[in-house]
Amino acid sequence: MKHSAREEEWADWLRMAMKGDAAAYDRFLRAVTPYLRSIARRRCDLFGIPTGEAEDVVQEVLLAVHLKRGTWDTTRPIGPWLSTIVRNKMIDSFRRRGRHVSVPIEDVMETLEADNRQPGLDRIDVEKMLAGLRDPQREIVRSISVGGEGIRETAERLKMSEGAVRVALHRALKGLAVLYRSEERADR
Amino acid sequence: MQTDDLIQLLTKDAPVKRRFNHVFVTAIAVSLLVSFVLLLITLGLRQNLLQAAQTPRVAFKIGLTVLLAITGSQVALRIGKPGVPLRPALLALALPAAALVIGVVSELAVVPAAQWEPSLVGRYPAACVFFVSLLSLAPLTGLIYALRQAAPENPAKAGAVAGLASGALAACVYALHCPDDSPLFVATWYLAAIALVTSAGALLGKRLLRW
Repeated sequence: MKHSAREEEWADWLRMAMKGDAAAYDRFLRAVTPYLRSIARRRCDLFGIPTGEAEDVVQEVLLAVHLKRGTWDTTRPIGPWLSTIVRNKMIDSFRRRGRHVSVPIEDVMETLEADNRQPGLDRIDVEKMLAGLRDPQREIVRSISVGGEGIRETAERLKMSEGAVRVALHRALKGLAVLYRSEERADR
Repeated sequence: MQTDDLIQLLTKDAPVKRRFNHVFVTAIAVSLLVSFVLLLITLGLRQNLLQAAQTPRVAFKIGLTVLLAITGSQVALRIGKPGVPLRPALLALALPAAALVIGVVSELAVVPAAQWEPSLVGRYPAACVFFVSLLSLAPLTGLIYALRQAAPENPAKAGAVAGLASGALAACVYALHCPDDSPLFVATWYLAAIALVTSAGALLGKRLLRW
């Protein structure tokens, strides 16, 4: 797909997502992820970093895109916004792993091929991440991510209101970002 | 965690409640109000402010601080938004800078040299630095809070810009009381106070604006 068409499509999806359309958001994130993976893996190849680290970086970047999506001015093109945020987070994420990489700014929108290979083994131990959260955030994250439950089912099971589950989930995601940031790597 | 599981989580949190622009504007409005009320309960407004504001020096002082507050806030807003060019906003800072130079040069031209020093020192230089710093606490808190929702590339720089904007906002408020009107006074003590707040902002930003 042509670069500009892709950019239009992503912008539409994210715009709808920000108004609360979860299906559009799912399309957006699943469309962006292979490109992020492709950039991250290329950085790994180029700088001699084990490919396994790429997926951690991808996740961290996704979380940053998520938490900072309110800074996208929806009347502006999405490309410069996304490219800048991805570049900054990627450099930051690699740096905290003790890797110094450069990521050219035009990389994201210029990346032509998406990497659709299966992601490598996930290296961030989910239980260890969850241990950094408090209940009910931990239970909510577990039931939605690992258990595949929806907001409503989770709310019913935990005897909480759906609104409270949503608020707790949002806080949990902020908490996860902090955990990623502080995660000590043994394999440095 | 699998990336798919993470995406599952993120889609359940799709809607954005408050955009950064909105948070930013609210932060400025609320903190400016707090700062203004703080001025009213501590120093109060200048006597006959309305007449004084029609004299060239007071009009210059108020106009300059307002101009710096507007241009400084623009930089602070833009520095939080990835992919938005900062250059136009930085260039706009030349407006208050040029205004200040013109003000100072005109003052030097119309005031005899013997009066330069007393004009510069004014009556309350220490109070000016103290109160501009004090009045900047609310805007600085508000702007750092707002920028924490944003994604600045360089946390210390973003903090410094937040400090500059906060110092300028506080200067606007203090100018409604300040009895020292010479542009020489403004160029010295107002700028000193704003520089102080800018440094404080840089230190805070370095700690608080990482994301």
